[in-house]
Amino acid sequence: MTRALFPLMAALVGLLFFASLLVGPAALGLGESLSALFRGEGGPVVLVMQEIRLPRAVLGLLVGAALGLSGAAMQGFLRNPLAEPGLVGVSSTAALGAVLALQSGVAAAFALALPLAALAGAGVSVLLILLLAGPRGGALSLILAGIAISALAGALTSLVLNLSPNPFAAMEIVYWMMGSLADRSMEHVWLAAPFMALGMAVLLATARNLDALTLGEDAAQSLGVDLNRLRLMVVLGTAAAVGASVAVAGAVGFVGLVIPHLLRPLVGGRPSLLLPASALGGAAMLLAADIAVRVIAPDQDLKLGVLTALVGAPFFLHLIWRLRGVEA
Amino acid sequence: MKLLSLNALTVRRGECPVVDGVTLSVGPGECVGLIGPNGAGKTSLLRGALGLLPHEGTSNLSRMAPAARALQAAFLPQGHDIAWPVSVEVLVSLGRGPHLRNDKTDAAAVTRALARMGLESYRHRTATQLSGGEQARVLIARCLAQDTPLLLADEPVAGLDPEAQIKTMQVFEGLAREGRTVVASIHDLGLAARHCTRLVMLQQGRLVADGAPREVLTDENLAKVFGVRGYHAETEDGPVFLPMGVVR
Repeated sequence: MTRALFPLMAALVGLLFFASLLVGPAALGLGESLSALFRGEGGPVVLVMQEIRLPRAVLGLLVGAALGLSGAAMQGFLRNPLAEPGLVGVSSTAALGAVLALQSGVAAAFALALPLAALAGAGVSVLLILLLAGPRGGALSLILAGIAISALAGALTSLVLNLSPNPFAAMEIVYWMMGSLADRSMEHVWLAAPFMALGMAVLLATARNLDALTLGEDAAQSLGVDLNRLRLMVVLGTAAAVGASVAVAGAVGFVGLVIPHLLRPLVGGRPSLLLPASALGGAAMLLAADIAVRVIAPDQDLKLGVLTALVGAPFFLHLIWRLRGVEA
Repeated sequence: MKLLSLNALTVRRGECPVVDGVTLSVGPGECVGLIGPNGAGKTSLLRGALGLLPHEGTSNLSRMAPAARALQAAFLPQGHDIAWPVSVEVLVSLGRGPHLRNDKTDAAAVTRALARMGLESYRHRTATQLSGGEQARVLIARCLAQDTPLLLADEPVAGLDPEAQIKTMQVFEGLAREGRTVVASIHDLGLAARHCTRLVMLQQGRLVADGAPREVLTDENLAKVFGVRGYHAETEDGPVFLPMGVVR
């Protein structure tokens, strides 16, 4: 089953990617829209395809892969199926950075100000977490530091909303935090892609060490795993991948939690196989969700993060329900 | 050539030394039983020797780079820690991690380790769904697959049924006959007396006796260290020791 899994999932992701390119308010023909992707000259169809739909599909692919992969790496490192990429505080501090940019008006100054502020927020969280958890801390100190940072960032975000003199800015912040891929440009792709690629490459390199960690920290160390280095790789990789995701898509929850959970039985529980599988699964889920928000409510601007949480949370409850049966 | 060489190894928990100036050297072909009451420092000695705990004094293993050490010594921790529902085969193959990847030799080593622990029929079972004793044997097989000259095992036979206990000790004896070395902490003094070539007795972090089982398990040492008296006999199956009563 594992052998067939990867080609099947890659095919699914490819299919959803093309579907994402073909769904939108502008009713374009299939051949017309696909050929417009590769045409040089202007015209409305070329503009829609190259400037609106292509960045949206590419970002859906990248953000989903980053969230799924980070979730799998975080669960593998913490040896806990309830871990998710936001656990180390990256999502909430990136969101805080973006919120500050929106509130202060910097976001309006130039197009990439908001994602850059979010990336800066993610960077701050990494410094804080390494400072708080110490250079040799274990999994527990990492989790606690992450919770503290998330709580602080959440409180500061609330403070900004609380003190916001301008109701429109507050509304903009609230909507942004729901997460969306609408109206993104290729500039967003070029800004986020290097961070995501780097982060994902670092996370994929932890595969063998995460496998060894199945046996516990002591046994993993006796197998030659350098735990401090591994922790640094997981934290930095997650921060780069998830920080860049939040920077361009806002807070999209549940992908990093549900996808590794769902795929774990299909890869025989191996953390090393779960990493690439979750990247593909995350990409598929996010592309599908982003298509769904366009199909379900074309005129309502249904937010991506709202949909993933609406679908993800009950699904997660179902998984817990099943787990309860196994453990009893 | 010493496989394990500790010089004045001291491990502290806070100020208090839990391993106190232990000097020990173990060569190839030995099956060493590490004995001592609860809290004597057996686990800390093994973890300190591997460099998993900060320590004073020297250990030949903790001086090595982690990757080189993993080829020299395998370690079986006390807890039966299996985080994910992987198959027994996959779990045992984790022992091949430190080696350069070679699918053929890796598969052969895994098969050998499973056969040695009598686990061939468990190969495709899910490790987390096995009983505690079965998991313990699978984890020992993982250490065997690592294929190192030295195996440090923390209470390898705790929780095993009598058959599995004896078979596991026989596996260790077999390893010693091949010229490998096993250092295992053991609470069952009878098993230790029967199967180990050498016993090392710890009390409050100090090494108090080191030698052949009969020299270490004397009435005096047993009373002083364990607070028990015991029954000794030489039988056709080898030495027998059974703790009979407490003396304090």
